[in-house]
Amino acid sequence: MDFSDTAAETDFRQTARAWIQDNAPTYLAAPLSGSGFGSTRTGDFDPIAEAKKWQKTKAEAGWACIQWPKEYGGRGATPIESVIWSQEEGIYGKLSGTFIIGQGMCAPTMMAYAGEEAKLRYLPKLASGEEIWCQLFSEPHGGSDLAGLRTKAVKDGDTWVINGQKIWTSGAQHSDYGILITRTDSDVAKHRGLTMFFLDMKSDGVDIRPIKQANGDSGFNEVFFDNVRIPDAQRLGEVGDGWKVALTTLMNERLAIGGSIATGFPEIQALVSELVLASGPASGDQAVRSKLADWYAKSAGLKNTGARAISALSKGEIPGPENSIGKLVAGGMMQDIAKFAVDLQGLGGLVTDPEIARSQAQIQSMLMRSPAVRIEGGTDQILRNIIAERVLGLPEDMRADKGIAFSQIPTSQDSGTR
Amino acid sequence: MNFDFSSEDRMIQEQVRRFLSEQSPLSRHRSVMEGESLQASDVWQGLADLGLQGTAIPEAYGGVGAGYLPLCLVAQELGGVLAAVPFSSSVYLATEAITCFGSTDQKERYLPKLASGEWVGTLAVSEGPHAPSPTNLTVVRSGDRLSGKKLVVPHGLAADFAVVLVSSDAGTDLVLAGLEGVERSAVEIVDPSIAAATIDFAQTQCESLGEPGDGWAMLETVQHRAAVLYAFEQIGGAEQALNMAVAYAKERFAFGRPIGSFQSLKHMMADMYVALKLAESNAYYAAWALQNDAPDLGLAAATARVSATQAFQLCARDNIQVHGGMGFTWAFDCHLFYRRSNYLSLALGGLNEWENKLVDALPSAVA
Ligand SMILES: Cc1cc2nc3c(=O)[nH]c(=O)nc-3n(C[C@H](O)[C@H](O)[C@H](O)COP(=O)(O)OP(=O)(O)OC[C@H]3O[C@@H](n4cnc5c(N)ncnc54)[C@H](O)[C@@H]3O)c2cc1C
Repeated sequence: MDFSDTAAETDFRQTARAWIQDNAPTYLAAPLSGSGFGSTRTGDFDPIAEAKKWQKTKAEAGWACIQWPKEYGGRGATPIESVIWSQEEGIYGKLSGTFIIGQGMCAPTMMAYAGEEAKLRYLPKLASGEEIWCQLFSEPHGGSDLAGLRTKAVKDGDTWVINGQKIWTSGAQHSDYGILITRTDSDVAKHRGLTMFFLDMKSDGVDIRPIKQANGDSGFNEVFFDNVRIPDAQRLGEVGDGWKVALTTLMNERLAIGGSIATGFPEIQALVSELVLASGPASGDQAVRSKLADWYAKSAGLKNTGARAISALSKGEIPGPENSIGKLVAGGMMQDIAKFAVDLQGLGGLVTDPEIARSQAQIQSMLMRSPAVRIEGGTDQILRNIIAERVLGLPEDMRADKGIAFSQIPTSQDSGTR
Repeated sequence: MNFDFSSEDRMIQEQVRRFLSEQSPLSRHRSVMEGESLQASDVWQGLADLGLQGTAIPEAYGGVGAGYLPLCLVAQELGGVLAAVPFSSSVYLATEAITCFGSTDQKERYLPKLASGEWVGTLAVSEGPHAPSPTNLTVVRSGDRLSGKKLVVPHGLAADFAVVLVSSDAGTDLVLAGLEGVERSAVEIVDPSIAAATIDFAQTQCESLGEPGDGWAMLETVQHRAAVLYAFEQIGGAEQALNMAVAYAKERFAFGRPIGSFQSLKHMMADMYVALKLAESNAYYAAWALQNDAPDLGLAAATARVSATQAFQLCARDNIQVHGGMGFTWAFDCHLFYRRSNYLSLALGGLNEWENKLVDALPSAVA
């Protein structure tokens, strides 16, 4: 066991640090450090343009997606080097939010299932941020129950014809490509009739409509498919194997989201260190101290759990369902922290104007964004089910959808056709 | 960087696990708890035969000199079976105090006997139902004599000597005192397996450990180091309590189905698992910090301690809940974990105290 750098790791860290010092967009440092979770602040500059610019700069120097093989736009770096890189990248890493879904989830799926030609064509541009990808999984009838999805794909010669609707698709409005899971057979059990594709989001018949979120942003969208044609060459995995392919994506999703997840701890610690309550400095208040200790212990626990996962990866072990704990802990914690932080500031704590509120209203944007963390990428309840069933081996829930054809499964009142 | 124990450390752990599963089943703990003997001396001897009391003691003083990493894993295994031996008091507290602050002469006299298990030591701090502080100690040292009463000395009935926190002319001191002939009586506590004693010092002979006046600071150092080892005992216990809950939930049926298929129970056990994982990872980091005397040992130890206390408390408590009425019987083992979790939570000062230590050790905020 050794939590310090080896000589080679020290070298790597210094190289990374020097390159970042020379190349990072330092003019964005101030707004970026005030970024709340789920909103990247770039001051007077356009966040997507800045994100793309930084990504391109990194890619040209071999610092993008460094764990990927070189021929796909990466650097062939080790998992540990990748941790060192993100430590060094620091706040500039906040610019990568736009690419997380593409690089963290779509890319591993492409690596596992796409043909060599497609990998060489798409992965380098994903790494360099020139092309943005989205994940078209959830539907109005299937979020947690993903395998209950209804978007249909019907084969017509060498192409597939897609009809249906996806929802909650993050970043679809900025995306060039997406991975899409569809139903190709309704007469077999639900997990068996699915097939995965990737598609050009500019294809005819794709209609993207942003949805206004509870926090006022519009990160996610509805995406409608009206006779959209996808070449069979863009199928990922076998026909009917879509569930297996989706699990690859979801496993990586939990790593991508759960790996270096924001918890809100640095924000609450900063607030406590400067805030004075009626009873004296907040940092001396016993109730505050007790919460601070609890949250620090949790965030350290996540960080150290992440470190152990990296060690396992380095030894060639495959990260398992135990990584579900990251998002489960961080989501609830961030929501608790934001609530507590607002409380400490009294009514003034509700101000969302970044000109007035502390740290550009970081805490307030956490308050309003954190409920989504407990839903996106698997709800708290689904994650607990996964831990209970797949880690602890407890029995499955009683299910009403087992052993029958998808078309025969009971559904909500407003169900529509399947 | 490498965030896992080495395969050599794991081998030691495996060996200890095998020994304990044969020699120290929960029934052995129970026999001690029910008063058949003071401690499981056969288990203590078996551990000594494996050299485990001396795991971290340098070879020059009769130990194995294997360092703290394997000792942490030994602690985890002892915690899992609730071993009824004075290992924590003797090895994590008394041995650490002497290793850190003993003179060469004291080390030569004490460490070999501690390493071989011939002597059992303990740490006597508490004096009653209040947290000790440098200003409220009533056990007094005058010259080489010691007087006053220590209440709840863990393993005090089994110990040959104690490291005692006392008040003196210099302020607060740590002293070493042999317990032969000193008046001791059993005191009932929540965990009866730890042979707790009231010790009545009456002009008892003692010698200084470290500098007189440094007692409180030395105590804190020892407790920080011990906190890492206690954390491993706690996660060992938490893990077994969770295993017990899971096993029962798979077998027990209600409403025509295993109770483990009810989501409210599944989610409860998922939360136990989460608490355990966080505690385990924090304990791993603290183990490294202890082994390497890292500058952030204080923070790492307090963090490990807070998480481990939370995890064992939660797992022990909810293990009872999963067992229903069965969980509240004397015959079932759930209460053994519940009792031990409460003992371990307070052995070094309670959660609140460690939360404060954690916050005091935090590097200042970088906004
Ligand atoms: C900000 C945001 C971004 C998102 N981005 C994407 C994206 O890019 N791509 C994408 O495909 N999807 C995305 N999603 C969708 C997300 O994955 C789903 O919202 C989520 O999986 C929940 O599905 P649902 O909304 O249909 O809720 P439901 O599944 O209807 O859940 C409603 C409630 O029922 C509970 N529930 C459901 N089933 C169970 C069960 N078996 N046991 C216990 N409780 C249960 C849930 O926990 C929840 O509390 C995003 C969501 C959000 C909020």
